[in-house]
Formats: sequence, C-alpha cells, structure tokens
Amino acid sequence: MAELAVDKHVKYILAVEKNKDSFESVVMDHLRMNGAYWGLTALDLLGKLDSVNVDEVISWILKCQHESGGFSGNIGHDPHILYTLSAVQVLALFNRLDVLDIDKVATCILSCVLLMKLFAHRWLYESIVSSCTSCFAQVSKLDITGLQNEDGSFSGDMWGEVDTRFSYIAICCLSILCCLDKINVEKAVSYILSCKNLDGGFGCTPGGESHAGQIFCCVGALALTGSLHYVDKDLLGWWLCERQVKSGGLNGRPEKLPDVCYSWWVLSSLIMIDRVHWIDKEKLVKFILDCQDVENGGISDRPDDAVDVYHTYFGVAGLSLLNYPGLKAIDPAYALPVDVVNRIFFSG
Amino acid sequence: KLLEINPESYTAWNYRKLAVEHYLNLPDCNPDSIKSVLDDELRVVENALRQNFKSYGAWHHRKWVLSKGNSSIDNELRLLDKFQKADSRNFHAWNYRRFIAESMKRSKQDELKYTEDMIYTNFSNYSAWHNRSVLLSALFEKKAEGFLSKEKVLPEEYEFIHQAIFTDPDDQSGWFYHLWLLDQTVTTDSPLLASSWPGHGSDVLLVGDRRYNGSAFSPFSALHSDSGSFPIVLYFNQPVGGVNSSTVTVECGFNKNEDLLWKPLSASNSQTARVWVAHLKVPSSDLHSTVEVSVGHTKGIISTRGFEYSHPSMLSFKVHVQPMERDSSQVSVAESISLREENFKVYGKQSEESIIDSFDQLIIKNGHETTASNWRFEALAKEIECFRELLSLVDCKIGKLTLARLLKAYDAMSYPFANKLVHSEEVLELYSDLMKLDPTHYQYYKDEHSMVLLQKVTSSKESLIQHCFQYKDSVSSAICGPICLRLNNLSLSRMGAFEKLLWVQMLDLSDNELQSIEGLEAMQLLSCLSLRNNKLRSLTALEPLRKLKLLRVLDISYNQIGDHSIDTTRYLCSSPLSHSVGSESNKDETVTSDVALIENWEAFYIFKDFNLNQLDIVGNTIADEKFKSVLVKIMPKL
Repeated sequence: MAELAVDKHVKYILAVEKNKDSFESVVMDHLRMNGAYWGLTALDLLGKLDSVNVDEVISWILKCQHESGGFSGNIGHDPHILYTLSAVQVLALFNRLDVLDIDKVATCILSCVLLMKLFAHRWLYESIVSSCTSCFAQVSKLDITGLQNEDGSFSGDMWGEVDTRFSYIAICCLSILCCLDKINVEKAVSYILSCKNLDGGFGCTPGGESHAGQIFCCVGALALTGSLHYVDKDLLGWWLCERQVKSGGLNGRPEKLPDVCYSWWVLSSLIMIDRVHWIDKEKLVKFILDCQDVENGGISDRPDDAVDVYHTYFGVAGLSLLNYPGLKAIDPAYALPVDVVNRIFFSG
Repeated sequence: KLLEINPESYTAWNYRKLAVEHYLNLPDCNPDSIKSVLDDELRVVENALRQNFKSYGAWHHRKWVLSKGNSSIDNELRLLDKFQKADSRNFHAWNYRRFIAESMKRSKQDELKYTEDMIYTNFSNYSAWHNRSVLLSALFEKKAEGFLSKEKVLPEEYEFIHQAIFTDPDDQSGWFYHLWLLDQTVTTDSPLLASSWPGHGSDVLLVGDRRYNGSAFSPFSALHSDSGSFPIVLYFNQPVGGVNSSTVTVECGFNKNEDLLWKPLSASNSQTARVWVAHLKVPSSDLHSTVEVSVGHTKGIISTRGFEYSHPSMLSFKVHVQPMERDSSQVSVAESISLREENFKVYGKQSEESIIDSFDQLIIKNGHETTASNWRFEALAKEIECFRELLSLVDCKIGKLTLARLLKAYDAMSYPFANKLVHSEEVLELYSDLMKLDPTHYQYYKDEHSMVLLQKVTSSKESLIQHCFQYKDSVSSAICGPICLRLNNLSLSRMGAFEKLLWVQMLDLSDNELQSIEGLEAMQLLSCLSLRNNKLRSLTALEPLRKLKLLRVLDISYNQIGDHSIDTTRYLCSSPLSHSVGSESNKDETVTSDVALIENWEAFYIFKDFNLNQLDIVGNTIADEKFKSVLVKIMPKL
C-alpha cells in the first residue's frame, strides 16, 4: 500500500502559499482566506505549522478585517461569513485569538436584520453617491449576530443569501470565541432541523436535497449545540455509509463520483454520530493515498487528476480521522486539531 | 466580463447589486428603464451560469433580481428547463425551482407531475425522487384533495418505485425513497406506550438486602435496592415530549402525584425521549399497596413528529416492601461481586408459572391498532412478495436488505399478538448473506444482525429463561441478589430490545463486540453490569450509564479505552464541548481547577455523577496508576 508523502505535501503547500501570481492563485484570489485555513490546518496535522511566518500571516489576516468585524476572502474584497470563520480558525491554530476584539466580531445582539438592512441601504446610497469611483466599495456592516434572521437561519452577508452552511459557520465561529450566547441558539437549531430530509440527511434550505457537505454543516452545528439527539443516527448513518463506492472512495450523494473532499464531509459526519464503523476504513485510506501526486506533492479529487490545496487538506484531514499514523488528531466538529480545541475549552 | 469568466468573484456581484440599487433610486427612473436594468442583470446571470452552473453567487444574484419584481414564471421555468436537462442532479437548479414554485404559486400537484416526467425520462434521478418525497409529505400533511388516505396513495408509489429498483437494482436512486414509503406504511402517526416497569398487573417486591432470595416473587418484579425509592419507567414506541405529572398521574397511598418529577432519558438537555422515568419514595416500614398510573388521560404528550398521544392507558401494580432483617447472625458475604462463570447457576424451573405471567406483563398490548391497520399488513405482504420475486431473478444487495427490513417490520407489527417473531431466522440469514455479499458495509449488517438476535432471544419465555442465572456468592455460596441476565459470548456488536429488558438488574454482556452501549440508559434497574472484553473505545462511550442511578458495580476491563486518538462519542456526551445552553455541565465548569481532573476531563464529566462501589478497568491502555488515582478523586465511594 502507498504511504503518505508527508514531506512532498508540506513542500507543495508552502509553494502554493508563496506563488501569488499563478493562474490558480489569481482565479482563487477571492477565497484566499479559505485557502489559508486549508493549507495551514493541513500543515498543523502534518506537524509542520512552524514552517510558516506567523506574524506575516496574522498581519495579512487583520488587513482583511472590515470595520464591522467581518473578514473578506482577501484584501480588497467584501466581508462574508465564509471568510470570517476561516480567519478565526487560523488565529485559533496559532493561539492568537487575542488579536481579535471579540465584541466587535460578535456584536449587535440587539439589532434585527430588518433594521440592519434599512440602515445599510441608506448608508449605501449615500456611500455610492460620494464614492462612485471605487471598484469594490467596502460597504457591508456585517457581524455575525446581526446576520441571524427571524426564523433562526443565517445570512452570509448583508445581501441575504441563506444556507445552512452559514448556520454552521456562525455556531462554530462564536463557540471558538466562547460567546455562543450572543445568538438565539434554540432558533438556530430549529431552522437547521427544518432542513432535515426524509432520508435522514440535510439540505441547504428547507426542502433542499441531502448533500454530504450540507450534512456536515448541519450535523456539526447540532454537535456543537448539544443537539445530536435530533438526528436519526441509524437512518442518516446508512445514507452516509452508502457513499462508499466500489473503489473505496466516498461520493457526496447517490450515483455521483467519489471525491477526496467527501473523505472529510462524510467521514466527520459519521464520526460525530458514531457510525463510522459502518464503512470500510482501510479501503478509504487506500483511495486517499491513491489520490496523491507523490512526485510533486498535493492530493487531488480522484486518482490521476490535478492537485489543489483544498483536496490536499481534506485528504490529510480524512486520514487523521481514520487514525493514519503520524498525523495529529482532528476534531470532527470544529475541523481543527484536537489539541487546539482542547486548548480553547480545557485550559483551566 | 469578470463575472462571465469567473462567476465566483463574489465582490463583483455585490458591486452589481449596489449599482442596480443606485439606478433604481434615481429620480428619473420609470418602469421601462427599470425593466431594462433588471433584464440586463438576468442576462449577466444566465451568461455566468453557462460558465459555471453551480455558482452560488450567480443563482443568488438571480433571486435577488427577482425580488425587485421583474421576471415571469414562464421565463424562469424555461431557464430551469435548460439547466435541468443539462444536468438533472444540479441541486442549485432544483433549489431555485422550489423557490420559483413557492414564490410564483405553482401548485404542488403540478410540481409532482414534473418529478414524474423527470423520473420517466431517467429513473436514476435521486433529486427528482427527493423532491417527490417533499411534495408528497406536504400534500399528506395538508390533507390535500386526492391525498387524504395513505392507504390509496402508497400502493401507487410502491408500483412507481419498483420500476426504478427492478430496472437496475444497483442504482441507489430508488433505495431511500422505498425506505421512506416503508416508514410511511409502518409508523403509526400517534405515539404508543410499548412497555413499562413495573408491568401492568405485577407484584413488585422491594428488597433492601442483597442476601434475600425469596422465590415467591418473579425475577421480573423483585427489586433489590437500598435506595429507598423505586423507578417507574415508561417506554414509548417513538420519542415524545410533554410527559409530566399532569399528563401522567400516579395514584398511590405513599406519594403525592404533584411531587413526582418525570425525566426524559436522553442526552444533554433534550426535552424529548423514548424512555421516561420518575421515582417513588418508599417508606421503610412494612408496606403492601396498590399503585395506579394513568398515561395520557390529559392531553400534552406529543411525538417529535408532532402527533398527540391519543390512546390513554392505565397501569396498575402492587408494591410490597420487605423490611430489613435485624438478625445480625447473618452469613457473611464477599465484599465485591465477581461476574465470573463459576459464580453462576442456571435459574431453576420451580417458578415457571410466575415467569410466564410476569413475562407477558412486560409488553403492553395496544389492541386498538390491529383492526385499523389491515391495509398496512396487506401493503407489507405485497412488498414481501415482490422482493422475494426479485431475489429469485437477481441475487442483489438491495433485494436482500429490503426483504430483511420488510420481514422485521412485519414481525414487529404482529408481535405481541403472535407472541413470537416468525421471521427471525430468515432475517438473521439475510444479514449474514449481506455480510458476505457487501463486505464494505459488513459492520452495518452486523449491528442489524445483533439487534435481531436480541429480539429473538428476548421474545419467547423459553429462550429468555435460558439466559437467566442466579448469582452465587463466592464466600458464603449462598444464592443472593437478583437474577442475572447473561447475554455474553453472542458476538453482539450492538445492544437492543430494551423495551423487553426494563426489569434487568444484573447484566452480563462480557465477551462480545460492543463498541457502543447506546440505548442502555433505558435499563433503570441495573445495579451490576459487565462489559468485560468488548470493543469500547473511549470513556465518553459510557455516557448512557450516567443515567443509571442504581448502578454500583461496573466491569469495563479488557476494552480499548485509551487506544484511539479519534473519539466517536465526543459529541454524544454532555461536556463543555457541546455547548448545551443551560445544561448541567455548564454549572460544573468552574467547580474544578484541579489540573489532573482537567487533563482527564472525559473521566471527570462521565464519572462525576456515578455512585459506584466497584469498578474494574484493567486491560485498557488508559488504566495506569495515575488514572486510578484520578478515578478515586472523582468517585470517593469506590
């Protein structure tokens, strides 16, 4: 059986971080914050987080923070909840959550979204009139608690897209910052449950088809709020374990191709509901290892495809969940190393 | 231009929204100029989608534009048709379709027809089957015209799904829809009481002294406990909420109903559970009294699916308290209990009559269900026939799995009237076949097999008796204590049949393959438990035992606790990690600043509420001297 080419992957990740002018880098410019989380968490799992310059990373992250407290995908982009979580997760990795003004990130308990939108629109109108030459006007006054809607759901930013991914992000982010009480957890949970399907899985909005990525988000959010008793573990467990196809890899929903990233979404969900023994772990390990580029480093979505940092992270994280030797243990709900999570909650 | 090349550049979509709002707020705008601006946006979205029809940003922008009120339903359906034909599984398109149908008031029946068309084009369309299940549930719930009786609608759906499954048994698209149909056929809407302890009509004897061995009382209803109280356990057929002293009234001479606190046996702060318990305090004097428990005579018990408990039931049993012997010339007994082979003696046959009576008392017969549900039996029988036929043509996994589920469901519906499970052997064989046919999912079939085996063992008096043993004290050789149910060495990977095991006080599960004890919290009378030589992987897996207030002796030796860095029950136990708002664990966060306890937080949160006298942990990686001293700190009575 192949082995995990640790050194090659470390080299690959570090190279991606440095090469800001490649086509891949430019096309992914807007989600560099996610990329930072994938690359750095993978490095930590491989035991090589000290290969990067911490201060450089943190200074760049802080440049992506906006007045409202939210973070953008890169400098010059608008803030969005997706990138806020990645920023907080990276700071947690480095044990530098202290650089955040926590109240700022989590403020606005009082205002409801309606009030926010009214205020924002007026502000926007005036802002456009006075600065119409700016290409990417940084206009959103966003912060996580203000993003919670009446029905308990969360919007990604002030433009109102609703998705259970954002529910997970809000809950994960605020619980890392130990201020989960700043949102209405009960309503957040009931919204997530309204997205539960008859096959036991979860979709992005009520009625949305079950998809492994959404299932991870919903199960993760329920785990973090002590609400896993609402999940029909046997029903969902069967749906999830049937993602394992003949090649040993996992797909994201029925009759689709296997992809290494589902080694995370499906696997972590199975672990959180204690049904991971329903898949063949050895076969999955073999599949992930077959997706490596052992020459140049990196992991791809399936064997022989092009690698990227996203699949490299999910492959390594999946192997960690499968107890692959030499890797740090990762927490299935926070998607951060267990020692990072324990440091936040159990350091006395 | 940017968005047509890279629709993922979300800030550009934001900029466009700002620009649109600017135009819409200009003083000289009119309906025509507005339409032209919005049409332009719709065109940009369509071009962007052509580049990447899975772009969240593009689809959301379209929704946003529509909120300004411009397009027609025909326009949008036309767009959707294009994309759904290109990729019938595109969930963005399906979501957008649901959004359009909702906001433009397209009927559910029309949408149902659309799913039918999609499925006839290609059976392998999970997204269409999913949407169909969503629409049908909504129509059932609304009690819409033509969907009033499941009895009529389900057989048609079964016919439809057969076409998908039988055309290509290896295609998963139809499997989950069929499972849903089965659930609709079998699950009663309103919840029912499945079993209880004490059983209706039973004679309960409370014994304070372990050495007591009165054979006049059945092993199912003699409780050995010195706690001064006994539990009333109610086991429902599905999770319910709203069980309290108003909806369940207990009339007895020695307790006031209003003082009773009913608790759900569920993790963390859940207010719903399948199993509920309340404790009656018992006076220490000689007592013979009748207790009457009325369940659901007042409305308020509701299932998690939203249906009311609508079949009020009553349990009545007699309580006898055995006063403690004051004679101090008692034979001395061993300090500790050792659940080893040599200490067991097969339960004698002398009291077989009392066994038979009290065994029947364990399960509640819900008579009202049989007459109303003939269509359920018919539907199941027909399905069983269809799948037997499929299997005669093709030896396929879904055929065997579905047949096993159908036979189990049929047995579950017929029992307890049939008084035995007719198809157990066949079901066990099907699961064994599946372990060979589909080795990837071996453990799934093993877990199912274990649960069926337990149902089989516990559903007839003859087989249950074979697993009942008396405990012989190693010092005095006297028979003492309650009956021990021995389910050791059965290759069990999972526990089940709890509704039939509420009476058990001593349980031997040693030498099995258990990696989980989920559900064990229902066994409220447990005082001695052996999980020796199993596959428990972490301390958090012991969470169900936290609810067992009478547990005094626990053997978890020779498991795998401490071997694994990934904990699969980490979020299934109450701890600061699962920030249950208002949970008990939050209060204790400040209680300890002891470093050793913080380092062993799992041990702390699991064991702090235990009341053990005896604990066996040898043979686990975690069990070193340091750990033992931590345990003694957490449980001083050990």
